Amino acid sequence: MEFFERFAIPHPSAPIYASMVAIALTIVAIIAGLTYFKKWGYLWREWLTTVDHKRIGIMYLISALLMLFRGGVDALMMRAQLAVPDNKLLDAQHYNEVFTTHGVVMIIFMAMPFIMALMNFVVPLQIGARDVAFPRLNALSFWLFFMGAMLFNISFVVGGSPDAGWTSYFPLAGNEFSTSVGSNYYMIAIQIAGLGTLMTGINFITTIFKMRAPGMTLMKMPMFTWSALITNAIIVFAFPVLTVALAMGTMDRLFGTHFFTTNNGGMDMLWANLFWVWGHPEVYILILPAFGIYSEVISTFARRNLYGYKSMVVSMVLISFMSFLVWVHHFFTMGQGALTNSIFSITTMAIAVPTGIKIFNWLFTLYKGKIEITTPMLYALLFIPLFTIGGVTGVMLGMSAADYQYHNTMFLVAHFHMVIIPGVVFAMLAGLTYWWPKMFGFMLNERLGKLAAWVIGISTLVAFMPMFFSGLDGQARRMYTYSASTGFGPLNMISFVGAIGLAVGFAIIVYNVYYSVRYASRDIGADPWNARTLEWATHSPVPEYNFAIVPHVKSAEALWDAKKKRHILFQGDYEKIHMPNNSGVPFIMSSIFFVWGFAMIFSMWAVAIIATIGIFACMAHRSVEIDHGRYISVRKIEETETKLRGAK
Amino acid sequence: MKELFPMKQIMGFVFSLMLTVVALAVYFLNMSFAMGMTILVVTAFIQAAVQLVVFMHAGETKDKGAIYTNVYYGVAIALVTIFGTLLTMIWGYN
Ligand code: HEM
Ligand SMILES: [Cu+2]
Repeated sequence: MEFFERFAIPHPSAPIYASMVAIALTIVAIIAGLTYFKKWGYLWREWLTTVDHKRIGIMYLISALLMLFRGGVDALMMRAQLAVPDNKLLDAQHYNEVFTTHGVVMIIFMAMPFIMALMNFVVPLQIGARDVAFPRLNALSFWLFFMGAMLFNISFVVGGSPDAGWTSYFPLAGNEFSTSVGSNYYMIAIQIAGLGTLMTGINFITTIFKMRAPGMTLMKMPMFTWSALITNAIIVFAFPVLTVALAMGTMDRLFGTHFFTTNNGGMDMLWANLFWVWGHPEVYILILPAFGIYSEVISTFARRNLYGYKSMVVSMVLISFMSFLVWVHHFFTMGQGALTNSIFSITTMAIAVPTGIKIFNWLFTLYKGKIEITTPMLYALLFIPLFTIGGVTGVMLGMSAADYQYHNTMFLVAHFHMVIIPGVVFAMLAGLTYWWPKMFGFMLNERLGKLAAWVIGISTLVAFMPMFFSGLDGQARRMYTYSASTGFGPLNMISFVGAIGLAVGFAIIVYNVYYSVRYASRDIGADPWNARTLEWATHSPVPEYNFAIVPHVKSAEALWDAKKKRHILFQGDYEKIHMPNNSGVPFIMSSIFFVWGFAMIFSMWAVAIIATIGIFACMAHRSVEIDHGRYISVRKIEETETKLRGAK
Repeated sequence: MKELFPMKQIMGFVFSLMLTVVALAVYFLNMSFAMGMTILVVTAFIQAAVQLVVFMHAGETKDKGAIYTNVYYGVAIALVTIFGTLLTMIWGYN
């Protein structure tokens, strides 16, 4: 019995027990369903072992949407708790756990896989490639992320959630003040997912440098691919810092080292420093792909080429470098002198310049464009004004002297939600709607889509604008309740209404998916938006080899110029196509990682050691395994092509 | 004969051994903390450069430009991170 006590929840309540039951029932239902419909083989062959970038993209997408709902429920609980003064819905400890998991889930397990989903699906198609450079590594990336996410998500029913904030500052996150295993979950689950992300970074840089279709020089790449390249470069340089910081934090918590302690030569502030050395580049890792999506959407639906292609590229390269120069703006109040703070204030304001260049380029693209308002375009048009509010308040926060007033108030919370929601979430929804027909072969309903966009756009304002004011009035962030005499009540009530509105907006999107699955036309052709880039030059849904003949590219808007200037994309005859084999090893290895992580979290050393050996065994297997891939014959290609063309 | 004998690699190997000895000396000789750290940082960077150029063959293919751009970018970011951290945590800290 004693052995099992460690898995108990330190701070239980009725809803948590209810969730345990719900989780158990869901697992039973899934297993029963798979067995009843005899889908185990299908699941294993077509999904768990796949190395196809399109399927991996779709799995990322499903995980991201699941996590969006998990994080969304957290958000609703927090807003409900704060809606009225002295509320007793959540107690202090639960509130701490909820805001911690909300932040981690939304940034690391929702936004990251969402951009990974779109990059995985779109980038190889946009550059005319058959897959990514290292397909099996790509599968490993996904499964590591997935297992990390699952590990993090079981924390609230097994052993207790982390409660030191998504920033997990030491000494609060150290053993002295965080006694449950919650912070171990934080350190280890993020570590596992982060390894996957780092591999993706290397994989996509190689893919974009090495696998472009003939004729596609760097300066002829579509803007989304450019943004993916820059993003992955930032990943490769920023994530190792997180890896190291998490490893040091893990050692402090599990092995009694003193990296971040307040005594014995430790330096607690070093955690905050390392966290933000990764953390600020991370916000640009999220926003740059979003900028890439907006660039594609805006030029498609303004029906003209992107204004200032070169300056767009240059400003992204600048942003990628400058994003490493500003991290101290997250802790201006930690005690550095005025000189240090001023240096980082200036770099912070400087980064707004390339960001501004991009905004103006979009405006100039719209100007004189023949604008057609579709759902993705509506998100893009809502993004510009809303994101500007977030950006301008960011510059306010960037002034170190003024930041002493704003820091750790709801003003800050309002800032980053006003950049992340219009910037990242709207872009993901725009990209999802835009590429949906390529992924699934039918379009989402436009009326429902636009309705959802308006509801989400307006609700974002309703939910987050009041926080600017309550923050200036002195409402601190991460405070689980307040008294009526503070006067924060009405503003928080408005925020709550906005949060409900956001939930309604997402519900409309879910309904839209259901509605479109049932009623949308499957007869939409390969290019329903009349778009400009290569992914629309192949069939929808895309055959496994992507392009029967590798395209030849002559301009930055390959498909558009093929349509308008009669460039010929596909020349020559079919040839047999070399494709990678599926493999179960990434899934198995990541499952072992899950066991390893779980064992580490609960200090079960024997299990951890066996799992470590298992992980190395998987790597050894890969080193000696002989796998030359397989070929798709010309006859098979002809068959597939005729079938897909017929379906059009 | 000249093409067959890997002169560059042998010299590189000897040089990297020398760098290791110098770094090791920090432990055995008596010197100030700052001095020791400086020697370690300098030898570490040179060591990394030797490894990249001599043994990992950076600059021997036509990707030379891309590889060196990446390396310089990485070095620049590493330096900014290290010195920025020193500035905030130690030199500029009240
Ligand atoms: C114009 C560009 C931007 C500027 C000048 C800026 C500036 C700042 C500053 C100074 C802070 C720290 C404030 C404080 O703690 O008192 C901050 C926090 C934050 N920013 Fe921004 N920001 C910008 C854009 C972005 C973007 C594009 C994102 C994400 C996509 C973002 C996400 C965040 C997050 C998540 C935090 C809060 C982290 C936390 O303490 O939990 N920011 N920003
Ligand atoms: Cu920042």
